[in-house]
Amino acid sequence: MERSKCSAQMIAELGIDSIDSLFEDIPQEIRIPGLKLPAGMSELELIREMERVLSVNQPASRWLSFLGAGVYHHFIPAAVKTAISRSEFITSYTPYQSEISQGMLQAQFEYQSFMVELTGVDYMNCSVYDASTAIGEAVLMGHRIVGGKKFLMSRSVSPERKEVARLYARGADIEIVEVAYAPETGQVDLSDLESKMSNDVIGFYFETPNFLGPLETGWKGIRDVLGEKMMVVGVNPLALALVKPPGEMGADIVVGDAQVFGVPMSYGGPSIGIFGCKSNHVRKMPGRLIGMTEDAEGKRSFCMTLQTREQHIRRSKATSNICTNEALLAVAVAAHLAVLGRAGLRRTALKNLENMRSLSKRIDAIDGFDAPVFDAPHFNEFAVRSSIPAESIRKNLLDKRIHGGVSLDRWFPELKNCALYATTEMHSQTDHDRLLAALEGVR
Amino acid sequence: MRYHQAVHDVPLLMEGCDSVEQGDDLNVRDLLPDELVRSSLKLPDLPEREVVKHFVNLSQMNFGVDNGLYPLGSCTMKYNPKVCDEIVWWETVAGLHPLQDTGTTQGALALMHGLEQMLCEIGGVDAVTLQPAAGAHGEYTGMHIVRAHHESTGEDRNEVILPDTAHGTNPASAAMVGYDVLDLPSKDGCVDVEALKATISDDTAAFMLTNPNTLGLFEKDVTEIARIVHESGALLYYDGANLNAIMGKTSPGAMDFDIVHFNPHKTFATPHGGGGPGAGPVGVKAFLEEYLPVPRIVKKDGVYRLDHDRPKSIGKVRAFYGNFGVLVRAYAYILMLGGDGLERASEGAVLNSNYLKEKLKGIFDMPYGDLRKHEFVLSGKPLRQKGLRTTDFAKRLLDYGFHAPTIYFPLIVDEALMIEPTETETKDTLDAFVEACRMIMAEDPEILKGAPYNTARRRIDEAKAARDMILSWNAYEKKMADGAGSR
Ligand SMILES: Cc1ncc(COP(=O)(O)O)c(C=O)c1O
Repeated sequence: MERSKCSAQMIAELGIDSIDSLFEDIPQEIRIPGLKLPAGMSELELIREMERVLSVNQPASRWLSFLGAGVYHHFIPAAVKTAISRSEFITSYTPYQSEISQGMLQAQFEYQSFMVELTGVDYMNCSVYDASTAIGEAVLMGHRIVGGKKFLMSRSVSPERKEVARLYARGADIEIVEVAYAPETGQVDLSDLESKMSNDVIGFYFETPNFLGPLETGWKGIRDVLGEKMMVVGVNPLALALVKPPGEMGADIVVGDAQVFGVPMSYGGPSIGIFGCKSNHVRKMPGRLIGMTEDAEGKRSFCMTLQTREQHIRRSKATSNICTNEALLAVAVAAHLAVLGRAGLRRTALKNLENMRSLSKRIDAIDGFDAPVFDAPHFNEFAVRSSIPAESIRKNLLDKRIHGGVSLDRWFPELKNCALYATTEMHSQTDHDRLLAALEGVR
Repeated sequence: MRYHQAVHDVPLLMEGCDSVEQGDDLNVRDLLPDELVRSSLKLPDLPEREVVKHFVNLSQMNFGVDNGLYPLGSCTMKYNPKVCDEIVWWETVAGLHPLQDTGTTQGALALMHGLEQMLCEIGGVDAVTLQPAAGAHGEYTGMHIVRAHHESTGEDRNEVILPDTAHGTNPASAAMVGYDVLDLPSKDGCVDVEALKATISDDTAAFMLTNPNTLGLFEKDVTEIARIVHESGALLYYDGANLNAIMGKTSPGAMDFDIVHFNPHKTFATPHGGGGPGAGPVGVKAFLEEYLPVPRIVKKDGVYRLDHDRPKSIGKVRAFYGNFGVLVRAYAYILMLGGDGLERASEGAVLNSNYLKEKLKGIFDMPYGDLRKHEFVLSGKPLRQKGLRTTDFAKRLLDYGFHAPTIYFPLIVDEALMIEPTETETKDTLDAFVEACRMIMAEDPEILKGAPYNTARRRIDEAKAARDMILSWNAYEKKMADGAGSR
């Protein structure tokens, strides 16, 4: 009511009859007669309606779930929600006016710092959309640095991500060439990599742990084969609490998804794409960078920097089109890592590793099951082979309110009857017992 | 001056960390091969109490819509209803895994399907994908659809034309899909139809436009533009960043656009989150539906399913189905406002914008036409005579408790100030903003040059940041070890 009184006053001051006059520049032939949408509702009605629509969902988090494949169920401390629920953070935008946006800028600088430390690279941007687009951006960045026409990609990369990378590559007329994984270890097949190397290769992308679970051990061999070509590595940053960082192993670009740090699964989005690189490539990077500087009084301050790479300045010559990114989730990541701390983070990662070890061993002990399929070190996810189709096991588990592993044969025909199981710190011994009993039942 | 931002000394989280770190007694070596075991990890170990204090104090040094007017042109910084933020924490939203059996996610699929249909109605299009993660990502998706369309008809078109008022993401997105980008100089702030005719050719794949354009002017020749574009065999792309001006009045579809992206973090009040996340749904006319990213959400016999079998689809633009958490908020917002409410929102946005424009155009120059839609662009040229620049004025506004407008965009206005008040601001707020502008213009120019004074930091040295390149705590420590940073 207050508003409409204001409106009337403003209309009067503008000297017009009604708001309609303000739309008279829209030609009649393109006018529409309003919107055919339901009438609005009160907040209470909205909550009831949203409950009605959403309550038929059976969240993986509520049942027992072994789903992973790029999105993971981890514990989120309450304090993370406190941090990212601050409305000063939520309702701000890109910190164009740095003096009044120090909070967001410092938090994003902290995100960059944590990620630099975890991955071992020199520079991290303050997010891209998700891991899949991070790979796409890495392909394009590699192209800017070394030229070339082909980008090599391990077959053991997540199929979802591979498909996105393929689209990004197509935009620049780059061909994605697959490199086999070794059938026994699931790791990069070095001789296949070697056979696919040529002058017009831009670089090579592989993941560790890869989509099938194995951690890569053949770093030195890969780096040697690649020579001056780009080595782009995808990581699960939680594993890096325990595992040697790719920056130390010669990676040029590191990508991944930081959803594992304080970001709910939310049906796969939003998540937060990690993008970092070695120092000599920083000016070729996509995305926003936050730098440390000083204000007029010499006080430590933060602001966006190297913006001449970005679309608002460089337009069609920009390193990327990204504008809106995943800033708030970068705050969640920083808060999550800070709450866990070094010790808590390492304990969490260790729990994942131990759970993987113990669960795979126990599944392996069941007749008709083989786990892990690959003979390699793993982190928190592994492939399981069964004597009957993985799909029928998955359906059977669903009846017992268990989200079993993701069937692999739809993407990897060579992995017949295989499924991918993830286990995190969310699983107790009892949870594993329940899965085991259920698997015994379907055998 | 009524505004003072909090100033806290908040050390960086890493600052407390010992630089020489000790190992811990975790038994990693039994579980991982030696060559993979990490030898050092430098992260802080802080009590939760300190962490919460850290982030709460940081937040107080950050200005959001909830603090006050945020008239950042082109960004539609409207108030974000809180109920929408709460819903995304429900387990039935936050706890869903994207690879769950669709039998257990029927609510999520129903919601997304419903949102697609609502966006079809608002945008005047026939089909919508929710997959893109932001506006620019929607443009990127749209340009791939353009490419797929022309490839399917065997045409080799390698240029995208856009007006010189276009947002930077437009040319960047077109270039990323491999197009050469042609800038079309505007005439009187709008598309120069004759120039368009002269530029468009068999090589033109698409023309990208936002309407109202970034000056806030409605491109009234849009029907003619659409005819020219379509007759040349090119497609017409709508940048939906400015949809907040026209809901219920017209639609991109009614204007004959073929491809449209929506910006839920602008139009549908999903919060901007300090830079993201957003979302960037893309709508198309029926003849382009087959190119939309997979999977598509389909409903048969009352059951929703994800359909991956679309041979002509461009593929995927991000993993899974889109920024679901953002889409849920947008859905809730649209439901809450309803069809009429959305139209009222656009009316309010346009009224507020014209009211504010009327009050400010005496203070600044306002090139181009008078009637604006949801935003308008002033020129800070008068500041030049005082030896000032638009940025000085913008910084001084912060001292009065207002976020600055977008500055130096669009590029065709000298010393541009792009102002978008949105519909959620009251007349009192707008009047206060006008008053502040007036007072600032009467101030000693030296005051503006030194501004801001009342924010957490004084004027920040951006050149030093670019020179020093300290982009992480590690880099800072290294710099300190090598000798002090530059002055
Ligand atoms: C006119 C215009 N187009 C496109 C975009 C890009 O949208 P986004 O930031 O969501 O990627 C923006 C906003 O930043 C814009 O204002």
